This record gives sequence, C-alpha cells and structure tokens, in this order.
Amino acid sequence: MSDIPNELSYTKSHEWVANDGDGTVTVGITEYAQGSLGDLVFVELPETGTKFAVGDPVAVVESVKAASDIYAPVDGEIVEVNEELADSPERVNEDPFGEGWLFKMTVDNTEQLSDLLDAEAYGDIVEAEED
Amino acid sequence: MANQTPLYDEHVAAGAKLVDFAGWDMPINYGSQIAEHNTVRESAGMFDVSHMRPVDIEGAEARDLLRHVLANDVAKIDEVGRAFYTCMLNTRGGVIDDLIVYHLGENWYRIVVNAATATKDMAWITSQAEEFDASVTSRDDLAIIAVQGPKARELTKDILDDDLAAEAMELKPFRAAAAGKWSVGRTGYTGEDGFEIVLPDDSAVEIWRALQDVGVAPIGLGARDTLRLEAGLNLYGQDMDEDTSPLESGLGWTVAFEPADREFIGRNSLEHIREHGEAKKMVGLLLEGRGVMRHGAAVRAAGDEATEAEDAAGEVTSGSFAPTLGRSIALARVPADWSDTVEVLLRGKWVSARIVKYPFVRNGKIRVDI
Repeated sequence: MSDIPNELSYTKSHEWVANDGDGTVTVGITEYAQGSLGDLVFVELPETGTKFAVGDPVAVVESVKAASDIYAPVDGEIVEVNEELADSPERVNEDPFGEGWLFKMTVDNTEQLSDLLDAEAYGDIVEAEED
Repeated sequence: MANQTPLYDEHVAAGAKLVDFAGWDMPINYGSQIAEHNTVRESAGMFDVSHMRPVDIEGAEARDLLRHVLANDVAKIDEVGRAFYTCMLNTRGGVIDDLIVYHLGENWYRIVVNAATATKDMAWITSQAEEFDASVTSRDDLAIIAVQGPKARELTKDILDDDLAAEAMELKPFRAAAAGKWSVGRTGYTGEDGFEIVLPDDSAVEIWRALQDVGVAPIGLGARDTLRLEAGLNLYGQDMDEDTSPLESGLGWTVAFEPADREFIGRNSLEHIREHGEAKKMVGLLLEGRGVMRHGAAVRAAGDEATEAEDAAGEVTSGSFAPTLGRSIALARVPADWSDTVEVLLRGKWVSARIVKYPFVRNGKIRVDI
C-alpha cells in the first residue's frame, strides 16, 4: 500500500491538494500515481496567471510508459509552478508529496475544497485499482 | 493463472513490479526503469527472459529443415558454435517470428523464440519437420538469464563452471558454447556486450543470486525495451508481424537470397516484392522537441499540413523516451521515398522529427547527432 498522508486532500484522478491556508492550494500527484506511471521524463506546466475551472486539464506528466493529464482540483488561477521539474522531472518520482509538487493555484470557491476526498476515501480508490 | 518463471520468487523478493507479459508474470522494473537502463549501459545488469522458449532441432536433416524454414541461411553457421539472427516467414513473406539460432553441436541447433509466439512457432516448425529427418523439442525445462553491459562478461566468468567459463570468455560475438544442459551465447538484445545463458530451471535461482552477489543488478522488461530500441533492434508484434515482410521492417539484411536455389518459405513473395520495389521502409526517428513518440503514432511528410492522422502514410512501430539520449526516438514504417524530416502526431499536435540512421546507441556510445 502506498503512502497517503492524512493531512492532504485528494482527487479521483490521483492529484493531491494541500491547503496552504492563504487562499491557495499546492497540487501534485500521489505516490500511487507516480508509481503507476513509472519514471517521469517530461513535465509540462501551465503559465502563471492562467485561469482554470475544476476538472480542466492543467498540466501533463509524461513517463517512459505514458503521458497523463493533470486536472485542476478547484476553480482558480495559477500563481506558481515548480520550475525545477523542467530539468528534474524525477523529483516527482522521488518525492511526490514534497519537492515533486507541480503548481499552486488560488481557490476561487472554497466550497469546492469540501468536494475533495480525504485520505481514507482516496485509499479506497487506490485499493480498488490495485486489485 | 499466469505462468511464472523459476525466478518469480526472486523478483517478488526484490520488490519488482510485475506485469502480465504474453501470459507470464514478469518484472517490468524493480524501482526505476531509467536507472536500470543506465546500469546496463554503464556496468552490468541481468534479465530473466525465461518466458522465451528454447527449441532444439536435432537429427540428420536438422540443417535442411532450418534452411527451408528460416529466411537466413544456416549454411552460414555450419561451423559448430556459430549463431545468427533470422526471421521465420509464412508463404506470403510475413514474419511468423524472429529468433536467434545457435549451432550447438553436430546435427544440433537451438533456436530461442518469443514467448507470445512460442506455441504457434512450435506448431509451424513441427508441421514443416514432417518431411525431414529431424526432431523438434520444446525445452520447457530450461531457463534463460541474459547478462548485459560492458562489465557483463567479466562478472559472469566467475559464476560459471570453470570449463564453460573458459570457453565462454573466448567467444566472439554471435558465438556460443554448450556443456550438458547449459549453453552460453555472446548475444543479447541491448546493444551492449554480454551473454545469454540457457540453463536448467533448477539452477536458475542459484545463478541469479550468484550474479547478484558479484554486483550484477536485476533489470526489468521496461528497461529491456528502451535498451533494444536505442540499439535499433526490432520487437516482434510491434515492428513486424505476419502481415509485414522483413524487407519493409529494416530486416532485409537477415534474408539470404543467395544461393538462389535455396527454397525457403516466403522466398517467392519476397522476390516479388523486391522486383517491384518495396513500398515502405523502416527508419529511425529522433524527435526534435519535447514529448514522447509511441507505438501507433501517425507520421506524415514534413509540412504536409493537409494530411490528417487517419490518412498519414507513416506510422511509429516502436517509440519511447531514450534515456541515453534524453530525447524521444522511434522506429517508424514510412513510404520508401521519404527522407530528412517528418512530423509525428503526439497528443493532437504534429511535432517535427528527423529521420536518422540507427542504431541510436551501440556499446554505450550515442551514434546519432542530437
């Protein structure tokens, strides 16, 4: 069973969401997601200032095996992206919940945060997929 | 339930991620596919390829049978200990399988065929053998471990029996030595030096552990695929199959048209194709930008903006990110008159790629301009 930190929120599409407490969230992909994808070789991140609605494709992570879209967990605007990943996409594999974060975005509608999954609900999804 | 090789428990213990491969539970990686790839290019790694099947062809007419069934001519390996790569064709000139033939003794040849095609191959060869004084024996009692990389031979030396080790170290590329149930060939599927060791099932674990103890790392089938692609080696079922000929698969060099009186299966069809000129050819592609070319991606001539994916005349047969180059490479089947640059459809966008001569990497060295 892969690591699923309790303090984070999750999406069905395997993004994790950290509430930064200042009206923004930090978004990455889970330990389980990076393990399924295998070694990442490219990460395509959005421009800061771009606005997205929940569910919009925001970024692309591409591994040796496959390319995968990353979706906006909430409505909001990109305020920062992890520039380090351009040269070191392997950080997502090595430290998905830390140095491998993808982007930060504003939260236009805080109610959407309560639509996200908690660690337990996300764990059930992972368990089902692993079977 | 899927088949398991004698090394299955070793893979599980090593933390391998296992996937179904042609009905076998096989390790795709033991952690990082890219790290494993680099280990083979820089040092030495070992692959459990026991899902592939050795088949022994023996008897007074074993040589005649193989001269009939294979597109390459085993007369080239009449000297015992020699080996070569060849296709086995159907009457239409399509590829039933690709394989390596080892001439291991007088009237004794061993071929190693792909896992996914083993049953079909056995049926085909057995039916062809009816008219020859030759036996065809599937060696399900044997495992195969490939040890590959610049340090592979040196590290393998100490774990083989002394006599076999001495013989193995003298082998030139594409030569093999046999002792009892064991055979060692200086062959591989990575573009690096090394051995492929065929050994009894019940010795596999001991040898695997011994190799690990001398510093040979286990490598999964994921890295095997990127290594072979960088080395410009075809993968059966992806780069060629029963509906494509070796001539349009970059494998014309493996077809022996001489001597002209050798009647091998598929010959007439290939001669017909040759007379009319092949419509398609296999090329190497190097992607100019970011992104990864993948199997099945459409390829069109550069600047041919009118062509949509479904009408594109070219197709990527094998594509991946190439760890040694840090770029995406591919094998693609394209119209025979294309040259220089093409465009490949990646996630809805046409991206420029350059046609290059392959192999892309050989013996650890990059062979294309990047």
